[in-house]
Amino acid sequence: MKKFKEKLSGLAFLVLALSSISVLLLITVFIVVQGASSIGREGLLNFVFGMKWAPSQDIYGIFPMIVGTLSVTLGAAIVGVPIGLCTSIFLAEFAPPFLRNIFRPAIQLLAAIPSVVYGFVGILFVVPFIRNFLGGPGLSILAASIVLGVMILPTVISICEVSLLSLPRQYKEGALALGLTRWQSILHVQLPAAKSGIVAAIILGIGRAVGETMAVIMVVGNATAMPESILDSVRTLTTNIGIEMGYAFGEHQEALFATGIILFVMIMIINGLAQSVVRRKSK
Amino acid sequence: MKHIRKIAIIKILLLAFGMFAACNGAGNSAIIIAGSTSVQPYAEILAEEFERLYPDAGAAINIQGGGSAAGLMAAENGSAELGMSSRALKAEEAARLGYVVEIAKDGLAIIVHPDNPVFDLSLEEIRKIYTREITNWSELGGRDAQIHIIAREEGSGTRSAFEELVIGKGYEISPKAIVQASNGAVRMLVENDPNAIGFISLGLVNDQVKALRLDGVAATRENVINGTYCLYRHFLFAAIEEPTGVAKQFIDFILSSRGQELLIHEGLIPE
Repeated sequence: MKKFKEKLSGLAFLVLALSSISVLLLITVFIVVQGASSIGREGLLNFVFGMKWAPSQDIYGIFPMIVGTLSVTLGAAIVGVPIGLCTSIFLAEFAPPFLRNIFRPAIQLLAAIPSVVYGFVGILFVVPFIRNFLGGPGLSILAASIVLGVMILPTVISICEVSLLSLPRQYKEGALALGLTRWQSILHVQLPAAKSGIVAAIILGIGRAVGETMAVIMVVGNATAMPESILDSVRTLTTNIGIEMGYAFGEHQEALFATGIILFVMIMIINGLAQSVVRRKSK
Repeated sequence: MKHIRKIAIIKILLLAFGMFAACNGAGNSAIIIAGSTSVQPYAEILAEEFERLYPDAGAAINIQGGGSAAGLMAAENGSAELGMSSRALKAEEAARLGYVVEIAKDGLAIIVHPDNPVFDLSLEEIRKIYTREITNWSELGGRDAQIHIIAREEGSGTRSAFEELVIGKGYEISPKAIVQASNGAVRMLVENDPNAIGFISLGLVNDQVKALRLDGVAATRENVINGTYCLYRHFLFAAIEEPTGVAKQFIDFILSSRGQELLIHEGLIPE
């Protein structure tokens, strides 16, 4: 009887665990089923490398949006990674405990702010700043990069900090004992040792940037043309779905699901990369 | 002890089912009107007033968005009693929807920043701006600055009205146009950008933006009524056949002087 109960409880947990994975499976199947026919109709190459998106004429090409997603994401990494890395070094190495106790919750709070609020702040401050001082309409790759750069900070900071703190104490102590300064120890011993954790942090931050929708819709302008400079408006894969899903039906809707498939594949690749980097570290 | 717990769980389940059933029951006595998000806010105001005036009509009116195309499709397949459209019906839609009624007209205003010295354009010039044949305000007598064109997203009734009335066949809005998902978002951008141009419902023009004259004709309600300002579209309700019951009562109310007054008050133009 007792054994049976043990087994039963094990089974119950298995079922619950499966239900969380099955959601992933359901989403995957749903997106693929909804979007595959569109890709089939257009041809994968025409869809992915098509330069023109005009649903009213039944033309669906998302290459400018892929470029948009990549450029916005790269921009976010350029803005967010250096700041995030430096903050995590400060927190792990330099900050006195009382500052650390202020910084950590504050950074967690940064992650808790809804993305629509980031978008709103972006449109109130970042966009007018770019328009007035750099030119163009303001809604641009640059504006989205800045907003996203701030949004990925919590991810980058917390993972970098953990990986710095989890280094064996001997690394730092040995380095200092050999006469290195604190900065030399960080630069030449601790950072290289924590490299895989830092890379994982960057990749996860990038994953967050690729998937972000609401804040980006508000500041990126959503033009479907190929961008020529960072002051140009672009459309990302997520904003394409977000901005048009409300009205779309039929082939148009399928094309948006197909956009979702491409986005899904991109995010899978990014997460796969992060996983493999983390795994290599633990070996 | 264990039994009590079991009973509690069963009770909770029953309660949940009960609530589900109750919700379903309430849903049956509502008529659904779905479609254009341009018409939706006005329909909501009308429905509110209708329910206030006729509390014993026997059914709640449930207004939903989704866009003109989705609303007409919902009316075709019966998932909504009435479909709202902010554009003319396409041939295949008209073939399946036997009942169409115009509830009001809505003007389309071309708006710029109040500081923009340009105040009068021709339809041709607006088309050239949106197809990027004209890219600088100086070509139109304005400042030497790039024109930032702002459009609505694909599928929007306002966009299709603009395409139909201004852009015309054989041309298309440049893919360089910034795309915003609502009238409000377009207006906010134009308010803040001295070099922007956009299009929104005439009823939504405020002091923060300037509605351009069209070949010398001001964008006002009077000029739409007397036929001199040509940028307007019809707001339509459509159904498979002549509606009956509450739906008919509601349409009668909209077309009555009280309903039309409400729409005028909200910035629309009576039929």
